Amino acid sequence: MLIFTFRRLLISVPTLLFIALVIFLLLDLSPGDPMAQVPLTVPPEVKEKMRLALGLGEPGYIRFAKWLIQFFWIEPLNTVDHIFGTGFAEGKLRVISWQTRSPVMDIIYQRLPQTLWVVGLSYVVGVLIALPIGIYSAYRQYSVFDQAGTFVSMVGYSVPPFFSGVLLIVIFSVKLGWLPSIYDTTHVVNDWASFKVQLKQMIMPVMVLALQTTAQISRFMRASMLDNLNQDYVRTARAKGMSESVVVMVHVLRNSMIPVVTVIAMGVPGIFGGAIITEQVFKVNGIGQLLITSIQANDLPMVQTLTFIFAVLIVVFNLIADILYGVLDPRIRYD
Amino acid sequence: MTDPVTRPKTAPVIHNAVGPAQPAGLSALPRNQWLEVWDQFRRHKGAVAGLGFFMLMLLAVGVGPLLWDIDPKYIDIPARNAGPSLAHPFGTDQLGRDTLARMISGGQTSVAVGLMAMALSLFLGTLIGVLAGYFRRLDGLLMRLTDLFLALPLLPLLLVVIMLFRDTLRSAFGPETGIFILIVAVIGMTSWMQTARIVRGDVLAIKEREFVLAARSIGTPDRRMITRHILPNVMSPILVSATLGIANAIITESALSFLGLGFPSDFPTWGRLLFDSTDYLQQYPERVMWPGLAISLSVLSVNYIGDGLRDALDPRIRGR
Repeated sequence: MLIFTFRRLLISVPTLLFIALVIFLLLDLSPGDPMAQVPLTVPPEVKEKMRLALGLGEPGYIRFAKWLIQFFWIEPLNTVDHIFGTGFAEGKLRVISWQTRSPVMDIIYQRLPQTLWVVGLSYVVGVLIALPIGIYSAYRQYSVFDQAGTFVSMVGYSVPPFFSGVLLIVIFSVKLGWLPSIYDTTHVVNDWASFKVQLKQMIMPVMVLALQTTAQISRFMRASMLDNLNQDYVRTARAKGMSESVVVMVHVLRNSMIPVVTVIAMGVPGIFGGAIITEQVFKVNGIGQLLITSIQANDLPMVQTLTFIFAVLIVVFNLIADILYGVLDPRIRYD
Repeated sequence: MTDPVTRPKTAPVIHNAVGPAQPAGLSALPRNQWLEVWDQFRRHKGAVAGLGFFMLMLLAVGVGPLLWDIDPKYIDIPARNAGPSLAHPFGTDQLGRDTLARMISGGQTSVAVGLMAMALSLFLGTLIGVLAGYFRRLDGLLMRLTDLFLALPLLPLLLVVIMLFRDTLRSAFGPETGIFILIVAVIGMTSWMQTARIVRGDVLAIKEREFVLAARSIGTPDRRMITRHILPNVMSPILVSATLGIANAIITESALSFLGLGFPSDFPTWGRLLFDSTDYLQQYPERVMWPGLAISLSVLSVNYIGDGLRDALDPRIRGR
């Protein structure tokens, strides 16, 4: 298992490097000009100097290498400095945003908590709703509850978040006026009343994202439970005279959770992608919204770093899913 | 008394343990496989409803402009922000353009993007899947490529690509065709991976069957082998991914338009109409309903069709 983990880690390094290269080349070969927003009255030689100041003078491979060093070496050093108050990264050049002229990672660290709160909470809520639904639908297959569950998850699958979110805003903000339609990031929670305000503004974005998670995971849970409910060991357990709750909740559930846990792990990067849209709907200024604004402002270092972070999330969580599968299911042997 | 050559009054019947009794005379004829699939498909109520609705949607956006001949671009400022009336059943927008006409023309673009992007992704997925499954030498390389594509963060990359290449393609092919080509291409090129994986798995299994061996032993060349023997046998997973591909393409296109990076406002799609309506959410909340419902219901119906097709094409379920 350890060897497998190590080998998978080694494979993910070239994968990540390749993805970084793809993103870099895409941005580099694009016909868009970072100087397009500069007024036409600026003379060409000044423009050339501005270009050099942005680090665009060197050939592509040097810029790519520089970005790699900045992202993988200098930025972690800065994080270490920030946490322990050391001075390892002093005087080293960081990835600088063209838009704000401040280090890209600083802005990302500012935006990350909002995204993590909304996305993370919605994922937890979605999974917590999905598991009981999946278990019960499988236990009472073809019952009214199961049929309703199938229909609701089909709807949750099909209704895109930019419609379900807008629909919720129309109902709960415009018609009923119960919940705010805009997520206020500057809101500080210090007492019960402000906590209630925070709760109110989080309900809608969290539920919109949770609906999609619920739809997917409850289906998986149901299918996985159904696979296990007809197995011989279940009949054996019943024949031994174990109570129905022990059979379903201990024997069947433990075995059915194996594929579901990996699906949950692999779904994490996808939910970050979905958060881009949800953040736009509810005006949450997280990293998804940061990506949209920096794309529109042609802020290439920011776009590259953010897109790469999304890629890292995908690779890391796929790795976690693979390892979890091996740990949870002793029948799986990778080597 | 009795005529020895009296024909029986009713045709002989074979009583099946599973399924309805069949007349014996007919069972001698080889039944078309697709008729069988259709029989099974018809039993899935959701799938039939989905198919009906999707056909209705296609008909509405296809024939709609002939019946409802208001120009979707005609600006009628005095009639702006009108509610539903006989002249404008869905009301008008902030420039007095008829919402029904805009919904129809938006639907044409949305459905066209969905179908074209699905076709492109299906072509790429089938090509790569068949090549990887059939030719052992290509397998490793193509599957690594598929894994790499699966590890790409798709939505951010789509946004980046569209932002960067929008203006170039617009100037090359005109504002409308340019963005159409770009969106179809990026959606098609980023959604073929699942199809490729499924097709490869099926091709690997089919390659080991006896009829392939028989075909090879009479000297069938590889090209003929793939088109005559392999492809018809992997049609069912391809068909299922086709339906899911349409749903995926419609949602992706709407998401891009909703983020303001898809089609322009004067060449609307359902996603763009939804995006434009959210600006008037406070005053005219009903305006977001039409495009939102259109997207959700078409995707829902396509998903149900896919569900029914999957059941109908699964030979393990078909007899039940």
